[in-house]
Amino acid sequence: MLEVKDLHVTVEDKAILKGLNLTINAGEVHAIMGPNGAGKSTLSAVIAGKDGYEVTQGTILFEGQDVLEMEIEERARAGLLLGFQYPVEIPGVKNIYLLKAALNAQRAARGEGEIPAPEFMKLVREKSAEMKMDPSFLQRAVNEGFSGGEKKRNEILQMLVLQPKLAMLDEIDSGLDIDAMKVVADGVNSLRDANRAILLVTHYQRLLNHIEPDHVHVLVDGRIVKSGDKDLALELEARGYDWVLEGSAA
Amino acid sequence: MSAPERFLERLTARRAEDPSWVAARRQAGAARFEAMGFPTRRDEEWKYTDVRRIAEGDFALATDAAFDTARFDEQRLDIDAYRLVLVDGVFSAELSRLDGLPAGVSVEPLSKAMAANHEAVGGSLGRLAGVDFSPFTALNTAFAEEGVIVRLAPGTVVDKPIYVLLLSRANERPVMSHPRVLIEAGARAEATIVEHYSGEPDAANFTNVVTEVLLDRGAIVDHYKLQEAALTDLHVASIHVDQGRDSRFNSYNLNLGGALVRTDLVTDINAEGAEAAYNGLFFVQGRQHVDNHTLVNHNAPRTFSNENYKGVLDDRSRGVFNGKVFVKKDAQQIEAYQNNANLLLSDRAEIDTKPELVIYADDVKCSHGATTGQLDEEAVYALRSRGIDEPMARALLTLAFVGEVMDKVRLNIIAERVERAVAGRLPDRFNLADLVETAEAIQEA
Repeated sequence: MLEVKDLHVTVEDKAILKGLNLTINAGEVHAIMGPNGAGKSTLSAVIAGKDGYEVTQGTILFEGQDVLEMEIEERARAGLLLGFQYPVEIPGVKNIYLLKAALNAQRAARGEGEIPAPEFMKLVREKSAEMKMDPSFLQRAVNEGFSGGEKKRNEILQMLVLQPKLAMLDEIDSGLDIDAMKVVADGVNSLRDANRAILLVTHYQRLLNHIEPDHVHVLVDGRIVKSGDKDLALELEARGYDWVLEGSAA
Repeated sequence: MSAPERFLERLTARRAEDPSWVAARRQAGAARFEAMGFPTRRDEEWKYTDVRRIAEGDFALATDAAFDTARFDEQRLDIDAYRLVLVDGVFSAELSRLDGLPAGVSVEPLSKAMAANHEAVGGSLGRLAGVDFSPFTALNTAFAEEGVIVRLAPGTVVDKPIYVLLLSRANERPVMSHPRVLIEAGARAEATIVEHYSGEPDAANFTNVVTEVLLDRGAIVDHYKLQEAALTDLHVASIHVDQGRDSRFNSYNLNLGGALVRTDLVTDINAEGAEAAYNGLFFVQGRQHVDNHTLVNHNAPRTFSNENYKGVLDDRSRGVFNGKVFVKKDAQQIEAYQNNANLLLSDRAEIDTKPELVIYADDVKCSHGATTGQLDEEAVYALRSRGIDEPMARALLTLAFVGEVMDKVRLNIIAERVERAVAGRLPDRFNLADLVETAEAIQEA
């Protein structure tokens, strides 16, 4: 589904990713872990098309399409969605506006008509309930005045409504208490199926107790230095990143 | 014949049997208007607004209040209210609904009050808006023959809004009207008053309205001016407010319509504890020109004002915001905040904004600011990252910009109407009316 090859990225002339390779197949959940500053967030940001990142080398293919040639909104419509570490507050834009406009944009890209109002209302009510969000949140401006946990739940709500093929979640666990973590994890787990993939970017292992990954990668200094299964995350938790660094340097 | 003479000629032809106090006022207004003439752009107060389209016009006076019923139902706010309707400045008893007013509340057409030679009308009318304020108030004083007199006895809380609908027809020959509104709120009285300007799409008339609002101790008045007239209509308005101790005046000046609109809003906060809030929104397109001049006079200590005006300008439209806050010497411990933010949707739209603070006291909290610009690019990105294309993202953020003023509007029916109008007026590819309706439907469900 996603194929990242030899990806080099600079931010303000500073090399952040230095030849990263990653392949994600449908049905898989991948977790990228690593110390601060390793480039974890850069990877998902580049895939999602955020400004300020320059790709100097390498390719990103999503279902065979060259992602780097696609506009930001085209990537989202194709099914690539990024849940932000720091979701932006958008004063005055109601959640409901964002959800409906985004869903209709996706449908239009697939050649489908706009979603009928009753169907849409049923959908957003169900999904808000799953995220334990009061329907009044739908009328509120996107993330405005939301607590950290509410913002993260709102990111997942968008995922549940838009049903991306590849959901990328950047530090979705940061700032969550255990109850909120459970709700967020349940939401993410409900996205899991054979046709979809999930990419988790996280600093801590605890998220992975709730969302069990198939593959765990350790990103250090712009490159994936070690890959394994979920046990690798536990080992990192126990032994720290230095252990991997020493291993890779050897 | 000069332009003022040409205008005043209509007056001579029209009025004959006024009570003497009315006749004296008319003469004073006419004399002052003739002496001042129409303002030109050399006048500082009219620097950005050219009124030649009015001065060079030839406007008759309407003689009847007939209005198409189907269109009336379409234009009026569907609101449970006491309603008084003027059509091209002529009172329509047929379209008005003034029955069932609670005790202590009087709402009557100006003509009736004048015919009854109402002494009280003679007393308060013109107390705040004298003939010297501007040539247009002088002209209004000369011509005013219809309007609304609202009186609230002390302690009266009006259960429903008082809704004044001023309709403009697409006449064969354009007409002018000079409505006069007087609101006198007794001590601790409370009321919501809506002035709604609307009409037929091709109306090209000239409306020159003057509103005076007097708030006695502890009175609370919400005043709406909703301008939805045809994009060919000419409109000049001034609103003059006098606030007594602990009173509260909330103004909502919402402007969508009109070819040329000038509104002056002046509040004198004359006693301690009084508060004024100015909420303003204008959305202009095509070649619309909207000029808002606001003034708050803090004449007493411990008074409070808060002003927030927003403008959205598209195509080749032009906006003017001139907001002045004046704090008198010894008016200590006042708070005055003022903000004007404008959004330009087109390279050819233009806004001239001038916030001004003039402070002669030293113990005050004041702030003011004006911003004009484009949308928050981070927000644009956040929306695009969900698959929303860039024009649509910008449209959503425009609607949001408007929403910040609409959130303050307490009459939901008006907030929804303005939001819908803005959504519908954004270029077709931006059409968000469907989203607004969905949100309303979910809210109601």
